[in-house]
Amino acid sequence: MGETHSLEERFQAYVDAENKIEPKDWMPEKYRKTLIRQISQHAHSEVVGMLPEANWITRAPSLRSKLILLAKVQDEAGHGLYLYSAAETLGADRQDLVEDLLSGKAKYSSIFNYPTISWADMGAVGWLVDGAAIANQVMLCRTSYGPYSRAMVRICKEESFHQRQGYETMMKLASGTPEQKAMAQDALNRWWWPSIMMFGPRDEDSPNSAQSMKWKIKRKSNDELRQEFIDKTVPQAEFIGLTIPDPDLKWNEETGHYDFGEINWDEFYQVIKGNGPCNKQRLDARNKAHDEGAWVREAANAYAEKEAKRRKEGTAA
Amino acid sequence: MEKNHLYDYTLRLGDTALILGQRLSEWCGFGPILEQDIALTNIALDQIGQARQFLQYAAELQGGDADEDTLAYHRDAHEFRNILLVEQKNGHWGDTLARQFVFDTYNYFFFERLMKSSDERLASIAQKAMKEISYHAQWSAEWIIRLGDGTQESHDKIQQSINDVWMWTGEMLEADELDEMMKDAGVAPDLAEIKSLWIEKVSEILKIATLEMPEGTGHQRGGKKGLHTEELGYILAEMQYLPKSYPDAKW
Repeated sequence: MGETHSLEERFQAYVDAENKIEPKDWMPEKYRKTLIRQISQHAHSEVVGMLPEANWITRAPSLRSKLILLAKVQDEAGHGLYLYSAAETLGADRQDLVEDLLSGKAKYSSIFNYPTISWADMGAVGWLVDGAAIANQVMLCRTSYGPYSRAMVRICKEESFHQRQGYETMMKLASGTPEQKAMAQDALNRWWWPSIMMFGPRDEDSPNSAQSMKWKIKRKSNDELRQEFIDKTVPQAEFIGLTIPDPDLKWNEETGHYDFGEINWDEFYQVIKGNGPCNKQRLDARNKAHDEGAWVREAANAYAEKEAKRRKEGTAA
Repeated sequence: MEKNHLYDYTLRLGDTALILGQRLSEWCGFGPILEQDIALTNIALDQIGQARQFLQYAAELQGGDADEDTLAYHRDAHEFRNILLVEQKNGHWGDTLARQFVFDTYNYFFFERLMKSSDERLASIAQKAMKEISYHAQWSAEWIIRLGDGTQESHDKIQQSINDVWMWTGEMLEADELDEMMKDAGVAPDLAEIKSLWIEKVSEILKIATLEMPEGTGHQRGGKKGLHTEELGYILAEMQYLPKSYPDAKW
């Protein structure tokens, strides 16, 4: 017992000195589990997050915008791969993690349980959802676990590009025809609140955060990140002439931040519980793709085994 | 050779690339495994990228204010000049790969020759695309082999897919008057030559994949002249919906 205690103390001192933990380093079991859960949820979010945007690829209104969207969704698949790999460095198995997603046991970001119902949603998702994700991910570039931090550095570069593209789409719509502007405002109205919910519960309702902060997995609290995002985004909305759908939103001279209205926490917990507008559709779509791909994966494995055997026999002969 | 013939011919190349890219992009997010989702999306990106260059060129040949998007989004089905093969439904992974394999093999030989076109613009588009097209041809051939020589189930499925796609293969391999005219002007490759190279390569890969090669080459044609299957109308209804619903909007 005493020895474990001292290992944990040494671990904490190592983290406190801003060292990165690497896969072969000793780590508390709870640190490992927390990271596997967080990184795999993040990977699942990238993969499920492909769906709401893939919904508009075939309907993109110009060839350039089609290429940009297609490349973006492809980047998300790539992010999913980096993150599953990062989770595997902790001893998790990608197949098991995917099974947990498909069975509904594992969570992914609730934001992807909202529908994309107009082209302007491609702008809003890039601008707000990627914007909120980046606030979190920039912080995670400095997370204490080395492979996660390095995956985040790569992901952040691509995400900030996506965010600019999203904002560019919104800007174009907001300065377009009256119908386009209405489309943009409608998308902002629908995506604003879910986006600021992405930072999670209020600090006082987020019991696991303290330990994650102590281990430097997280470096800023949910409320700090949310406030940063709001402060950055409100002027961007004003600049393109769109209105944030929050009557309580106002600049506070004293704090140097925007005050904002109460989040609908009931909706937040309902979507987490599986009762959001698209929870079922998203999981059904993932399961369908997985099931329909089973024969393909089996064939690829069978062929790889045959080839390995043929190579071995070839070498022996 | 007249300018409108070159325009028509360039549309064939652009529309074929575009409609195939559009079909492949339907897969994005739904592949059998992430790595292959990414690979197929790469091909979709390349096809749409090529389509933009051909259509931009066609628009310039046409003159006026037209650009790549005018051609992609403001023509009706009868004005499209893609081969019928590429508008066929994706079906399952094997169906998509069978369509891709017969197309990529043709496209590889075609672009290899288009690089030497007397039309500098077409030659330059082909030169830029050659590397990616070589990769597509290799990737789809590998999948045919993997599925053919994988499990019994995958073998049966891909054999069926090859049989099903066969009737659409003739159109790309056989020259009509415009292809002949373009060949004589040094603009277009000789399809007779490509056809024999295609038969040789396809039969070689199918043999490695332990698959049977169907007889002859397919008889269905019409797309090059604007006579399409029922599929194209649905593809365009989806693809063109926004620009057609909001004619004054810029995107």
